[in-house]
Amino acid sequence: MDLSLTTYLIVGATFVLYIGIAIWAKAGSTGEFYVAGKGVHPIANGMATAADWMSAASFISMAGLIAFLGYDASVYLMGWTGGYVLLALLLAPYLRKFGKFTVPEFIGDRFYSKTARVIAVIALIVASITYVIGQMKGIGVAFSRFLETSYELGLFIGMAIVFFYAVIGGMKGITYTQIAQYCVMIFAYTIPAIFISLAITGNPLPQLGLGGTVGDGQYLLNTLDNILVDLGFSQYTVMKGTTLNMFFLTMSLMIGTAGLPHVIVRFFTVPRVRDARLSAGWTLIFIAILYTTAPAVGAMSFFNLINTVQPGEIGAEEGNLAYENVPGWFSRWEETGLLTWEDKNDDGRIQYYNSDNPAFESTAESYGWNGNELTVDRDIMVMANPEIAQLPNWVIALTVAGGLAAALSTAAGLLMAISSSISHDLIKGVINPQIGEKSELLAARIAMGMAVLVAGYLGLNPPGFAAQVVALAFGLAASSLFPVLMLGIFNRRMNSAGAIAGMLSGLGFTLVYVFIFKGWFFIPGTNLLPDNPQNWLFGIGPQAIGAIGAVINVIVATLVSRATAPPPKDIQELVESIRVPRAA
Amino acid sequence: MASNQEQAAMAYWKENVRLLITLLIIWFAVSFGLGIILAPLLNNIMIAGYPLGFWFAQQGAIYTFIVLIFVYVFKMNALDRKYDVYEK
Repeated sequence: MDLSLTTYLIVGATFVLYIGIAIWAKAGSTGEFYVAGKGVHPIANGMATAADWMSAASFISMAGLIAFLGYDASVYLMGWTGGYVLLALLLAPYLRKFGKFTVPEFIGDRFYSKTARVIAVIALIVASITYVIGQMKGIGVAFSRFLETSYELGLFIGMAIVFFYAVIGGMKGITYTQIAQYCVMIFAYTIPAIFISLAITGNPLPQLGLGGTVGDGQYLLNTLDNILVDLGFSQYTVMKGTTLNMFFLTMSLMIGTAGLPHVIVRFFTVPRVRDARLSAGWTLIFIAILYTTAPAVGAMSFFNLINTVQPGEIGAEEGNLAYENVPGWFSRWEETGLLTWEDKNDDGRIQYYNSDNPAFESTAESYGWNGNELTVDRDIMVMANPEIAQLPNWVIALTVAGGLAAALSTAAGLLMAISSSISHDLIKGVINPQIGEKSELLAARIAMGMAVLVAGYLGLNPPGFAAQVVALAFGLAASSLFPVLMLGIFNRRMNSAGAIAGMLSGLGFTLVYVFIFKGWFFIPGTNLLPDNPQNWLFGIGPQAIGAIGAVINVIVATLVSRATAPPPKDIQELVESIRVPRAA
Repeated sequence: MASNQEQAAMAYWKENVRLLITLLIIWFAVSFGLGIILAPLLNNIMIAGYPLGFWFAQQGAIYTFIVLIFVYVFKMNALDRKYDVYEK
């Protein structure tokens, strides 16, 4: 069957599945709408959380990022998984015991302050909106690239699907569609990975294949290191950045992951405290299946790419692939513009090497090379995999459905966090506490509808700073929400003045540091210092500063709380009660 | 009576925090220690085709995180039973 027809059929089938689940999982109360009635099995919640967490970027871009960064991409692998240890040990069980609906609600109650709750809502909305723009773009791009629609039409279809199941089913509908989306996503990711691992290393398990040997009996990673050096790049397996920046970037991503409200709130949906702990473990298993496969996909498809364009000896003329002999997938990806070739030395052959390395210039010249001729978009590494491994069309189609599932599931989770913070924290919590159950449910649905429209609008007109702000979402969550949540549980003496001062100082410090390098409110040209490692404080980049913001938050909060009155007795009792799963 | 309960709650919390600290030390040592700070050194050792530091950073740390959470789950369930706060 024709590829585009197969893709339409498979993507269409997954969409019908999501809509079917939505009709089945209609939410009848605010409890069902906000937290799925707290009846989700811990393993089911683990799958839903994994889908909630793994975005279009995790699915489509991460392996490519690993391919081009090598060892340095470990910050994302460790940062985006290690955060779950913090979440499981320091937040999830206690917030589940608290037993209400939203993250700002805990902050408002624990610190007996509407101001604290509103600050938390603002941090939540800024972090979640920036994140959701990326998902919306992912949906539009996937449609336009693989289903040959326009970007706009693709975006509208994606919006309509999310609108349908999120407005009808709320958290309940989202949870069960996320479980289906996880299955689609993980199947689509691992099948091509197994085949490419088998083809390159002879080992079907990608996690072992990455340590396996290639055709000539050499280890894959050693071979990759050697070829890259011969082409003027750094070795694949060694650190290229600084230890200090890697340390803080990993820490910021971990703390940020643990502080992202759309992830935390998923642990409100399980029946018991011990289910919240167990569910965090399952979540990490489901995430790890993809995250331990991604390094293999990255290294193997990169190895395959280099071998394709450089089949022979480096430096010999016939060592480089003649353009007329390129494989089918190469031409197909050229059409999408994600792979481009420019014959700079007019020899009709493809040269891929590091032309930004001054030390390699003379070597390249002696080979008769006149600049790198191949530009490769990192998204290809995952999307072209099935074709490179010569898998049937339905696997390629499934990969498209997987990318869409990743984008849709994360978008829905974020929209849920945004809309519940508006209907529950702002409308019910601050503006009109007398609102009844039915009216609140209606308000929640309207807020969800509005959130989908805003996200769609921003997807159609992405602000120029969108890409930079995604990294900021982690900094915001790390420097504002995570520290006060943790202090609220582990420091009985923490009071409202401390929490507010802590959040504002952590947030303020992080924002100012980012703005200094990225421009005030991301307006180009207003940055005080050029964004390069020489100017960074102790060599810590703006993406990595969230961890320092978190430390400042904790210090300021602790000092201010010591200097002001302790929290009232009922709040201290609240802290005691969330620390135990059940009264003895 | 009330003071007995308070004491039990305090003892439960103390054991909980001690467990957390132990697990977080391992969490830190494996990811930041073996995966980042000591990685250049460990990369001189090859195990199963992987330079060891690279393996910790891209595989081993993630497996360790999973084990840590499940150890936490089992230990906490035992602790909940010991102090009679286990949920039915």
